[in-house]
Amino acid sequence: MLVLGADLGNSTEIDAFRDRFPDRFFNFGAAEQNEVDVAAGLALEGEVPFVHSFGVFLTRRAYEQVIVQVAMHGANVKLVGMIPGLTSRLGPTHQAIEDLSLMRAIPGMTVIDPADATEIEQVVPAIAAWRGPVYTRMMRREVRRVLDPATYRFEVGRAVRLRTGRDVALACSGLMLEPALAAAADLAARGVEADVIHCPTLKPLDEAAILDAAGRCGAVVTAENHLVTGGLGSAVAELAGERLAVPVERVGIRDTFAVPGSPEYLFARYGLTAEAICAAAVRAISRKAR
Amino acid sequence: MLAAAERKRLQDKARAIREEIVKVTYACGGSHIGGAMSQTDVLVALYYKYMRIDPARPDWEDRDRFVLSKGHGGVGHAVVLADKGYFERKLLDDFNKTGSPFGMHLDRLKVRGVDASTGSLGHGFGISIGMAMGARLTGRQFRVYCVVGDGECHEGSVWESAMAAGHFKPTNLTVFVDRNRFCLDGPTEEVMPLDPLDGKFESFGWRVLSIDGHDFDAICGAIETAHAETARPVVVIANTVKGKGVDFMENQTAWHYGGLDDRMKARALESIARS
Ligand SMILES: Cc1ncc(C[n+]2csc(CCOP(=O)(O)OP(=O)(O)O)c2C)c(N)n1
Repeated sequence: MLVLGADLGNSTEIDAFRDRFPDRFFNFGAAEQNEVDVAAGLALEGEVPFVHSFGVFLTRRAYEQVIVQVAMHGANVKLVGMIPGLTSRLGPTHQAIEDLSLMRAIPGMTVIDPADATEIEQVVPAIAAWRGPVYTRMMRREVRRVLDPATYRFEVGRAVRLRTGRDVALACSGLMLEPALAAAADLAARGVEADVIHCPTLKPLDEAAILDAAGRCGAVVTAENHLVTGGLGSAVAELAGERLAVPVERVGIRDTFAVPGSPEYLFARYGLTAEAICAAAVRAISRKAR
Repeated sequence: MLAAAERKRLQDKARAIREEIVKVTYACGGSHIGGAMSQTDVLVALYYKYMRIDPARPDWEDRDRFVLSKGHGGVGHAVVLADKGYFERKLLDDFNKTGSPFGMHLDRLKVRGVDASTGSLGHGFGISIGMAMGARLTGRQFRVYCVVGDGECHEGSVWESAMAAGHFKPTNLTVFVDRNRFCLDGPTEEVMPLDPLDGKFESFGWRVLSIDGHDFDAICGAIETAHAETARPVVVIANTVKGKGVDFMENQTAWHYGGLDDRMKARALESIARS
């Protein structure tokens, strides 16, 4: 593998790789469009470039490069978008709240939103082994550990049922895993049994797992650290609309740019919480056909 | 040559602005302080000597425009705007804190006196060309000033802007490159060389002035030369020092972004007082 950077070495935590493998590392300066084009060329020559920047700059700034050079070539490029969604403290220019939507819209792109440290440890080797273009979100500094490394297995394209219920299915990606698990526990205390379907891969979506959960529970809630448009919520609603008539409620950011602030504040302000998931679950259940 | 009293007025103001940047950085937990320090003398010359502005009327149509293309220097711009009276200094106590109108990158829709929201590198330059061309189209006399980072010049869009200005020749636009020779990962010439920067702009049709960006005689001279130029857009390559004024920050990659504890804050203020 190669690591490509764009003047954000420390902030994307690629300095350790640079120091250990200086000839496998290239810094392009803050020039993300060229970084992605060069990565496509390297991939066409058989390399496996891991391309780093903040998620916003890879997806917004280099969007056409990703579509035309990476995706249309089916180039084996791994795009690593750091600081997902509302985890950036630097305001709307740095908050990747539509990256998953942009990447999901691209034919042939694999799109991943990892949940925690356990998952990140497994996503990196998995996408290195996967042939074809991948966009994955990435978290930095202290990343929480929610999934048990002894039992959890990440696989590209596979959703994992972490809790089995019957009244409502909670489908989540990325950092919404913990709030979804907390919401399921709260709901259980009120006599509502929820499935928790952890969906780290948004594309290709694990349709069988979603359809199974939706079919058994009859109502679905999605939760994501992202706009409700274009990401997991859209993917699930599209599937449910085409294949099953079940109510879907989406938890996520609603058609607004976010303010600057701490992740804790922002998650609460934009409703990315266990409480919001519970409320959505109650709404979804009440909409079930009687 | 500036009169001695005038030079001293600007130097004192720059020192006060740098002290304020240290205080705000201390209060908010961290900022892009290195680049805020290097750009300060250019901002002081513009805001305290040349720009036709009225802080009581930030939307006055004939005001001169200022675009901080290197938007991460917003902390330094905010301090200047507060001092000019666009808003109360007290508001900066909450700079970049939750619920504050001030993010690290200033937002035109939230902060009085900000002409363009920036933060993603390589956009402000193009916006400032549009504003300068707009003045021409509407028959207004205002001037546009833009500050671009040298690391920012790694972005291809900077050179698309440079080419367009070479073609459309907005002579009411003056661009400054804050040439502190550092980007985020280290020295620009090691990360991705930019030299000869003057030759690059010249070949794109610009008149290039290379100056010491901490010398007010040179900065003011360049601005007046730019005002008198009628054929080509002018870029001023302001050779600066990243972290200027604070001895332990100067030319240190690590001080692109940073926070200050009590001891560092005191040392920084002492260093600025001596400068
Ligand atoms: C499009 C984009 N890519 C990357 C960044 C992250 N970033 C912020 S500041 C910076 C370095 C900028 O260097 P320079 O323009 O020289 O700033 P200065 O040294 O004056 O602070 C980078 C890469 C960004 N804000 N925007």
